[in-house]
Amino acid sequence: MTFLTLTRRMVLAGSAALAMALAAPATAQTPPGVLVVGQVAEPKALDPHAVTAVNDFRILMNVYDGLVRYASGTLEVEPALATDWTISEDGTEYTFSLREGVSFHDGTPFNAEAVVFNFERMLNEDHPYHDTGPFPLSFFFSSVESVEAVDDLTVKFTLSGPYAPFLSNLAYPTGLIVSPAAVMEHGAEFGRNPSGTGPFTFGEWRSNEAVVVEANADYWDGAPELQAVVFRPITDANTRVAEMLSGGIDMMVEVPPVALSEFEGDAFEIVEQAGPHVWFLILNLKEGPFAEQAVRQAANYAINKTALVEEVLEGTAEVAAGPTPPAFAWAYNEELEPYPYDPDRARALLEEAGVETPEITFFVTEGGSGMLDPVAMGTAIQADLEAVGFDVTIETYEWNTFLGEVNPGLEGKADAAQMAWMTNDPDTLPYLALRTDAWPDQGGFNSGYYSNPEVDTLLEQARVATDQDERARLYKEMQTIVQEDAPWVFVANWKQNAVTSDRVENFALEPSFFLLLDDVVKN
Amino acid sequence: MTRYILKRLLSAIPVLLGLSVIVFAIMALIPGDPATAILGSFATPENVEKLNRDLGLDKPLVQQYFIWLGNMLQGDFGRSFALNRPVLDEVLERFNATLILAGTAFVLCSILGIAAGVVSAARQYGLADKAITFVVLLGISIPSFFLGMMMILTFAVTLRWFPASGMWPIYGDRDLWALLDHLTMPALALSLVATGVIARLSRSAMLEVLRQDFIRTARAKGVRERGVIWRHALRAAMVSIIPVLGIQAGFVLSGAVYIEVVFQWPGIGRMLVDAILRRDILLVQGGVVIVAACYVLFNIVVDVAQSLLDPRIKT
Repeated sequence: MTFLTLTRRMVLAGSAALAMALAAPATAQTPPGVLVVGQVAEPKALDPHAVTAVNDFRILMNVYDGLVRYASGTLEVEPALATDWTISEDGTEYTFSLREGVSFHDGTPFNAEAVVFNFERMLNEDHPYHDTGPFPLSFFFSSVESVEAVDDLTVKFTLSGPYAPFLSNLAYPTGLIVSPAAVMEHGAEFGRNPSGTGPFTFGEWRSNEAVVVEANADYWDGAPELQAVVFRPITDANTRVAEMLSGGIDMMVEVPPVALSEFEGDAFEIVEQAGPHVWFLILNLKEGPFAEQAVRQAANYAINKTALVEEVLEGTAEVAAGPTPPAFAWAYNEELEPYPYDPDRARALLEEAGVETPEITFFVTEGGSGMLDPVAMGTAIQADLEAVGFDVTIETYEWNTFLGEVNPGLEGKADAAQMAWMTNDPDTLPYLALRTDAWPDQGGFNSGYYSNPEVDTLLEQARVATDQDERARLYKEMQTIVQEDAPWVFVANWKQNAVTSDRVENFALEPSFFLLLDDVVKN
Repeated sequence: MTRYILKRLLSAIPVLLGLSVIVFAIMALIPGDPATAILGSFATPENVEKLNRDLGLDKPLVQQYFIWLGNMLQGDFGRSFALNRPVLDEVLERFNATLILAGTAFVLCSILGIAAGVVSAARQYGLADKAITFVVLLGISIPSFFLGMMMILTFAVTLRWFPASGMWPIYGDRDLWALLDHLTMPALALSLVATGVIARLSRSAMLEVLRQDFIRTARAKGVRERGVIWRHALRAAMVSIIPVLGIQAGFVLSGAVYIEVVFQWPGIGRMLVDAILRRDILLVQGGVVIVAACYVLFNIVVDVAQSLLDPRIKT
């Protein structure tokens, strides 16, 4: 029995240890004035010119300002660090007057020289700080031929040709203005020692734990209400939900649709906002059944998009009508109606076209940027297409592999592929993915080989028109033609979502998908 | 003995070299490249080519390998594309977190596993044995990531005893209590399966030893049962338990990948998963080489420990 005393002793020691562990302070509530945000990943860098991910942009937009920004709740450009601007008659010269008395967080003044430094660093390979890159999105400004400081508070951009999306590209994070002094001081480490002019100053970055930013009391647009914001990377969606439920974070972005029901009730608030996102199927127009317009239209009729957004995506998206998301309010053609769900019509179209059980290879991805729930959506689409007579074979790929298969073009591989885009200007997606000159062999993303000279002309014209009403007219016409031609199956426009605890006030999501926190209050 | 250790260390060199070739080849062969992963929607062939040039990925593969190997031998593991910091800094920091988690789990599963095994063996077919066997089988059967999620739901979301994820509190002191608070759930979840395996194998090792003559001799001499079990039998059984511990240490290290993802522990497993998804080539390669080096080293330590315990093993 000596043996048993020992185990009893062990049990006692064990329970003592357990009791001590339980006596440790229970999970503390987050303090007032400090907003803890659950992010989807560790940021790459806090250098706006070096990063490409929305996850990084969410932090950057609070630390930096651009010359211009999107007016709250819209995708229309308004003054920020520039107070106003003039555009030359031919659309190639943009002259900005800069805001007076603005300083970077490191104390150095914001002026025309600083703006020149920012764009030279990105665009000029001989610039002494060009090696602090690479700058993967610098092609946003590839039309910029020169940037010069006219005087201390005036800066002039000369473009190689008229390029209408220029202003809206300046509002994108790639156009945010960084402190030249900080770049010179930190070099390649600038991304971990950021300095801008924004409402929050950089506090600290604990790798894989948190990025902390603190209120900038001298912010030119009014000091923020919060004292600090903590961005926590929580890559696993289930864990992010658990942290939100247990009070470890005050706000989470990209809530999985299936988890939304957890947050119904008074303790949480669900915020939604449609953004410039479109989810579609690229159809292969070069070969196979989708070379026929009637078959492409049949696919558009056959797929029950309402069921996809309501059932599969739990209402986190809306049915898309055409290639341009409604979030681009000024350029969106309101008259466009989505293809209705009409399997009979689809069957009739297939019969008219004279194709029986067209065989289709359909590329599906496991998940990726903006792809929502691609596998579930893919199988639902397969079922809908088979119901009207298609014979669909799905091939599933991991995201990077998928892009490697789809971007070079679908010829010889597939008849349809899932795709999603989030852009900042109505020009970007159609210009890169619907023009004849954007076929993959010419470096574009028109992987389905759509070609319509009328659309080409409209898009070229819209890109050089400096008048917004004129641009809007051209885009609307383009949308009508593209919808009729049906080079894609138009499926969904994602509504970005976020959940906040009831202690958070004044929070709204922006159509740009940026996270702006300067007006947010936390009790 | 020194010669033996030296010999083992030397034999580790070709293993690590071969491994570096394999991990390099795998990263080169899997489809998708870092430029595509970084550029996402904007990965036009032109942009991809420019970025690959900027990242130094446009050189022939063999040349890339030797540049990488050469730099690595000088202690330069390169810079992570996705995290924009030196690979070595990131790997060491993350490895440290993994060692804390896996080390705690290993200590837990060794102590609990051996204790449970010894108790089971000493009370073969007794109530304690049956109870332990039941719990152990249950433990082995539950996947650790599922157990982790259930623990989060129960102890973090519902009861709020422990924080749901992370390693340190976001604010407040970073003291031992704060660490234990965050460590308890992931370490328990990670140790469970290994505890079960160690318990089962310790039990059979003990049973075998308990049937041997010297145990009967010890009992006949009047050694107390506690002494027989813990001093004589366990020491002899340790010879066959230690290799199991070595294997389980590896298992705990690799099992940490799931647990780190579920509990968002900032360890190396989670780092590698993220790095592979982002095609962060240098981080994956450097991480795997460093982890493998530790693995090899650990195996050498286990072998040496075993030969010290059991003189019959030839050195």
